[in-house]
Amino acid sequence: MALLEAEGISKHFGGIAALTDVGLSADASEIVGLIGPNGAGKTTLFNCLFGLDRPDRGRVVFDGQVLDRLPVHRRVRLGIGRTFQRLELFAEMTVREHLLAAERARGGGGALWRDLLNMSAPTADERSRVAELLEMLDITDISDRPAESLSLGHGRLVELGRALATEPKLLMLDEPSSGLDRAETAALGATLVRVVAERRTGVLLVEHDLELVRHVTSRLYVLDFGHMVISGNTENVLEHPSFRRAYLGRTE
Amino acid sequence: MSQFLIYAIPGLPYGCVFALVGVCLVLTYQTSGMFNLAFGAQAYVSAVIFYTTVEDHHWPLWLAAVFSVLVVGPLLGIALDRLLYRYMRASTTTVKLITAIGLSIGVPSIVDFFFGSSEKLNPPSIAPHAAHTYHLGSYYLDGNGLFTVVVTVVLVVGLGLLFRFTAVGLRMRAVVESPRMVQLAGISSERVSMLAWILSSMITALAGLMLAPIYHDVDVNNFNLVLVTSIAAAAIGGMSNLPLTLAGGLLLGVGQQVLAGYLPLNSILAEGLRPSFPFIVLVAVLLLSPAVRRGRSAPDPLSGCDPPPPPLAASLRGAGLDRVSRVGLPVFVVAVMYVTLFQLSEHYLGLMTEVAIYSIIFLSFTVVTGFSGQISLCQMTFAGFGAFTAGQLATDHGWPFLVAMVAGGFVAAVCGAVVALPALRLGGLYLALATLAFAVMADEFLFPLNDIGGGEAGVDVPRPVLGPIDFGADRSFFLLCFAILVLVSFVVILIRKGTIGTYLAAMRGSEVAASSIGINLTRAKITVFALSAGIAGIGGALLASQVQHADSESFVYQYSLVFVVLVLTTGARTVEGAINASLAYVAIPEILSHFGTLSVLEFALFGFGTIAYVKHPEGILEFQKRSSIRKFNQLRARMKHRQDRPLIHGDDSGPGGAESGGRAPGIAGEVAGLSGAGDVGD
Repeated sequence: MALLEAEGISKHFGGIAALTDVGLSADASEIVGLIGPNGAGKTTLFNCLFGLDRPDRGRVVFDGQVLDRLPVHRRVRLGIGRTFQRLELFAEMTVREHLLAAERARGGGGALWRDLLNMSAPTADERSRVAELLEMLDITDISDRPAESLSLGHGRLVELGRALATEPKLLMLDEPSSGLDRAETAALGATLVRVVAERRTGVLLVEHDLELVRHVTSRLYVLDFGHMVISGNTENVLEHPSFRRAYLGRTE
Repeated sequence: MSQFLIYAIPGLPYGCVFALVGVCLVLTYQTSGMFNLAFGAQAYVSAVIFYTTVEDHHWPLWLAAVFSVLVVGPLLGIALDRLLYRYMRASTTTVKLITAIGLSIGVPSIVDFFFGSSEKLNPPSIAPHAAHTYHLGSYYLDGNGLFTVVVTVVLVVGLGLLFRFTAVGLRMRAVVESPRMVQLAGISSERVSMLAWILSSMITALAGLMLAPIYHDVDVNNFNLVLVTSIAAAAIGGMSNLPLTLAGGLLLGVGQQVLAGYLPLNSILAEGLRPSFPFIVLVAVLLLSPAVRRGRSAPDPLSGCDPPPPPLAASLRGAGLDRVSRVGLPVFVVAVMYVTLFQLSEHYLGLMTEVAIYSIIFLSFTVVTGFSGQISLCQMTFAGFGAFTAGQLATDHGWPFLVAMVAGGFVAAVCGAVVALPALRLGGLYLALATLAFAVMADEFLFPLNDIGGGEAGVDVPRPVLGPIDFGADRSFFLLCFAILVLVSFVVILIRKGTIGTYLAAMRGSEVAASSIGINLTRAKITVFALSAGIAGIGGALLASQVQHADSESFVYQYSLVFVVLVLTTGARTVEGAINASLAYVAIPEILSHFGTLSVLEFALFGFGTIAYVKHPEGILEFQKRSSIRKFNQLRARMKHRQDRPLIHGDDSGPGGAESGGRAPGIAGEVAGLSGAGDVGD
């Protein structure tokens, strides 16, 4: 059984069917792409998998466990990490503090008495893991800058680092390249490949940049109007006529 | 059935007023995003002007009514909109709520200053044939009641049509969605909003005139109690649905009368029901209504353009200034202690003790609002639970006071957790409203009970004794309060620095991102809310111990409203903010008391502090601190600049060069000052 199995997911918003009977799977050490035109339901599917939206029907199994109505933070502790399409940074914190907070949350910290006894400073272990991550993402030089002063590209890396600090088995990335230029996108792709190789993390990638998708993903799912229209090996999918129809428009 | 109707029909006018006020709340909330907690104050203005013109100046009723509803009401709406609300469109829920509460405190105080605070009994009714009783079989309704019913129906239908079918209505709804988007579409959102305020102010004024005769008295407290019930009506309508709000208001008005009729007279249930009704209904709506549970207020789509809140002023402080303040603070504290203990008279020693105790209570706001961003409007109620528990345990059961005080804090913390549990998930507005309803319930029902507040006589609360040390003397009691204040301050600082503080800082940045790293937000919020209630409980026990007494009047909800405004305008994010707010709260009435009639204006001062708050939501103290640290840094940089002049002159050819003088060194200084705290800018 794959790391993540979703089947029969349906979601309505009022009269709009955002997702109809959608399924997908993702496994460790692979990068799986999820593509489709704007409004196809990619982010809604992400939210259903992640627990931000509750699907009307369908079930999600992660690592052998049925997620069902589990709240977001419990899913994260099971090993699902995520970044967001629109940057969601902690405005008051520096880059390093972002990762330290995630590192602390992974350990399930937050007991009141530890705070009251002044025992909540970052441990040496936490610091060294964070330093390692910063190094891997090549953002050590900006690690003491406040989040608000970061460029979009750096912001995306911080989100990636923050998600990685929770030590996810599966990383869900929502359009990580949007707003980046070609060089930054290429660097991001290289980083992703490295993360998967080093940590055996599975990646589920929503992405519009087809070049990036072609380079890093091994399998692809294509969503269109809430339906999963095609899935399979990246190369086959990209050549498939129904992909072209969904993505590049219909020729009458 | 006929018995039912006999109880139900007198409830109709009440129901209509609740419905009408509920509709007003929904209308302004929907068009300007402001939840108008200042309704009571606005209604009070019109009702007082109506009363004065009729009773003192003998105007004909119709003229006075037209003047107060069609002139004073709209003018007040325009004034508030021009002076305040227009600057607040993009403000956070917290700022909007606090401003409205500030007005609800400040405006009646101004009114009393001009029109005198004497009782205004038996206000005239604007209904034709007000005293005439209309019979229908065995059921009857008086003229004022019938008039209220008719006016409500006409107004609600009119508003519904306006919203649904006119261009103005459509624009009003669009402004709610995003005022800035509406501007981009070429519509003046300011004008639309102003129109909504004029409209709602007129209805509010009318409601004030119709309400006063029902209660036989023009009293702002009555208006505020009506407001709380109407909030429950608005919640039934999900804060957006006018017909449902109308139905909710009617249900509440009729339900109260019917239940009061059927329940045994003078039983606890009958007495407690009416004051508890709004709270129970609000909680039921929060728990049961899927529309409310889903209806998280969507942020303005353009709010991403807003700059983040400024960092704490302390983080701008350079290392030199840091050292100065590290030495200076203890010296200052010791000096204050010395003067208080050995130089001040009995009277001023008592005032200083009050400062210390209120500081403790105010620190509970620092925790709940400053750190977790929630607004609680019942902190003084928690203080009351702490005081009554401590008093009962110490006096009736012989517990040592300090142990009883801690137990009081614990009871308050449990109350806090229970109250917050249903509302915390929704946060913001709903938590504020639920806590307000809870405070009213405690005032009217729980605290007067013999088993809690000791009934009429109240509860005796002793001064603490610790082993051989008796804190009965004022001097030692001051020392004890001060020591507890220091302890609580450390707790607050440790929480801010600790894991929970980090989680809450993450939450303030982005709730969804905070949960995406595995933070259990509900747990963090409840922990903090309970902790804050506990701190308030301990403060309340000390407050009662100082005067050695507490009764149901000691912890009324109005205090909570004044305190929340005062602490937030002063600065809710730091310990010194709470202490400064406490100083202001004790010192200002003391100073005003030397000026005779001016002392009415005390609450106006506190209330209108919100005008500064709108521009500096981090608090006036924080703002002052930041600007003085900036100035200091500039000054130092300028002095340094002068020394280094030859060097800089050589390699600096930019526009900020040494020759340009004037502003440029200032900016350079600011940058230099900032870089001490961490590299800012790309």
